[in-house]
Amino acid sequence: MNRKIVGIALIAIALLALPLVLTQVGTAWVRIANLAILFVFLSLGLNIVVGMAGLLDLGYIAFYAVGAYVYALLASPHFNLHLPFWVILPIGALVACVAGAVLGAPTLRLRGDYLAIVTLGFGEIVRIFMNNLSSPFNITNGPKGITRIDGLSVGSVNFSATDTLFGLSITGPAKYYYVLLLLLLLVIVVNLRLQKSRIGRAWVAIREDEVAAKAAGINTRNVKLLAFAMGASFGGVAGGMFAAMQGFVSPESFILNESIMVLAMVVLGGMGNVWGVIAGALLLSFVPEFLRYSVEPLQMALFGRMLVEPEVLRMLVFGIALVLTMRFRPAGLWPESRHKREMGQKP
Amino acid sequence: MSAVLLEARAIGKRFGGVQALKDVSLTIREKEIYGLIGPNGAGKTTFFNVLTGLYTRDTGDVLFAGQPLELGSPYVVAQAGIARTFQNIRLFGNMTALENVMVGRHVRTQAGVFGAIFRTRAQREEEAAIKRRADELLHYVGIAHRAGALAKHLSYGDQRRLEIARALATEPKLLALDEPAAGMNATETVALRQLIEGLRADGLTVLLIEHDVKLIMGLCDRVAVLDYGEKIAEDVPAIVQRDPKVVEAYLGGGAND
Ligand SMILES: Nc1ncnc2c1ncn2[C@@H]1O[C@H](COP(=O)(O)OP(=O)(O)OP(=O)(O)O)[C@@H](O)[C@H]1O
Ligand SMILES: [Mg+2]
Repeated sequence: MNRKIVGIALIAIALLALPLVLTQVGTAWVRIANLAILFVFLSLGLNIVVGMAGLLDLGYIAFYAVGAYVYALLASPHFNLHLPFWVILPIGALVACVAGAVLGAPTLRLRGDYLAIVTLGFGEIVRIFMNNLSSPFNITNGPKGITRIDGLSVGSVNFSATDTLFGLSITGPAKYYYVLLLLLLLVIVVNLRLQKSRIGRAWVAIREDEVAAKAAGINTRNVKLLAFAMGASFGGVAGGMFAAMQGFVSPESFILNESIMVLAMVVLGGMGNVWGVIAGALLLSFVPEFLRYSVEPLQMALFGRMLVEPEVLRMLVFGIALVLTMRFRPAGLWPESRHKREMGQKP
Repeated sequence: MSAVLLEARAIGKRFGGVQALKDVSLTIREKEIYGLIGPNGAGKTTFFNVLTGLYTRDTGDVLFAGQPLELGSPYVVAQAGIARTFQNIRLFGNMTALENVMVGRHVRTQAGVFGAIFRTRAQREEEAAIKRRADELLHYVGIAHRAGALAKHLSYGDQRRLEIARALATEPKLLALDEPAAGMNATETVALRQLIEGLRADGLTVLLIEHDVKLIMGLCDRVAVLDYGEKIAEDVPAIVQRDPKVVEAYLGGGAND
């Protein structure tokens, strides 16, 4: 038990110190860490839908988009609204939640491939809406996107500027990092609690056998809608943070590729297992960045010129990683912990 | 004679060219063990599926505990007090035995997302009660030692028992078992028989589909026989067994197999 506490303390210290270390390497790495946390967010949200409830959703990024646009519209010169973030983030979560239920409702009778195709379509529809809702009323400002979005600020602390604290200079991205870390902690707790609740069990039951779940008395329609709505609300919060951090949103950020990326994180890590999903998201967020930074110098040193573009290599590594996972660890790298319990351990 | 628990009236169901059920009416009394038999493809499972709301019916209606039963959605049927097992066992394979039974409590409990996230007192108490009840039921059906095992790793006989435990978790008045002895060896079948008798002793009504004649004859108070979707007999086992129509149906059915 003591060991566990020490372990947690060490991890906590490492996480808290991380941005300070990364800043030494380059502020870009703090930004990368922030984006990685956002992807963990998204993966945990999608994990509810795909991992727990077994609903293959290929349009999940739409809710990230909804969250981002809600934030952008309520905190930018576009409508000249500048609401504080602690008002907007819950609104974003709520709007995404409703969007999740609304887009989920027509798909309730679909399964597997059909569900995947329809959700893919919905995801694209949302993006196309964002692209075209610039006339007759200019709501989203079309493909140009919305700029000059307010960053977070609490009292006099502006999260987009550098501050000095106890002689340490803390950059904007580092500050966002801490906010994200806090939110992430919250999201993880919510996810874990849901998983071990009546609702979480109902989700898994539907994934395992929908007919049996119905016969066992689960109102599968409502419970599935709940999965869509809950998953979407996570996406909404992540989107809001994304908008605040970037200061700019446009439909381009919410393409199908992103949905697939998040799905890959969930599947690679281990569907249904919160820790596996987190690991999957971190892995797929950081590895490409390492590649981006190491491939060029490496090739220059070896061949004296660039043979393979980092971007190409990235996709290649992704593909190989996924194929290998599916071949050797079809349940993901760290599958659901339920599988371990059979060794007579207490649940 | 005890009160009527379930009254099915003129249930009909057609699949394309197959009339799987035709004007099937039957009456099940409280605390009765009621057998439903018939050759392969007679429509027994289809009757279960209609009764539990998994299939929509073409005709007929059902009175349950004096109320018209809404057959539209399975969870409403479960709520009304009918639980079932499946001929081809349908468990939640990647959940533990205990969790499988806990899922059965869903319909009798109410904690939602809010309660789960904030771990409200009501939610924690409910959760503890769910677990307690699930434990009891695993004991009751005799597989408590397998509580932590994944359902898919249980032996065949244990899986059948687990399915019964999950069904019991919904607090049914009527338990419908679709060939619970199928694939069981002699010892397991004897144990199953004791389990079902125990259920009745505890006040439950049982609707039983079974091919094991010995089990049916020894266990059931009354038996209905389906053949090509029609009820051709309904009586105490001893009389049904000698009914020429039933003998004919089984011989005919046997020839088709
Ligand atoms: N979903 C379905 N679609 C089409 N036909 C079906 C369906 N379910 C059942 N049937 C048909 O309805 C008839 C009755 O089938 P049912 O499964 O009810 O028989 P049963 O009495 O349970 O037989 P068994 O003893 O083999 O389990 C059969 O002819 C079967 O092929
Ligand atoms: Mg059958």
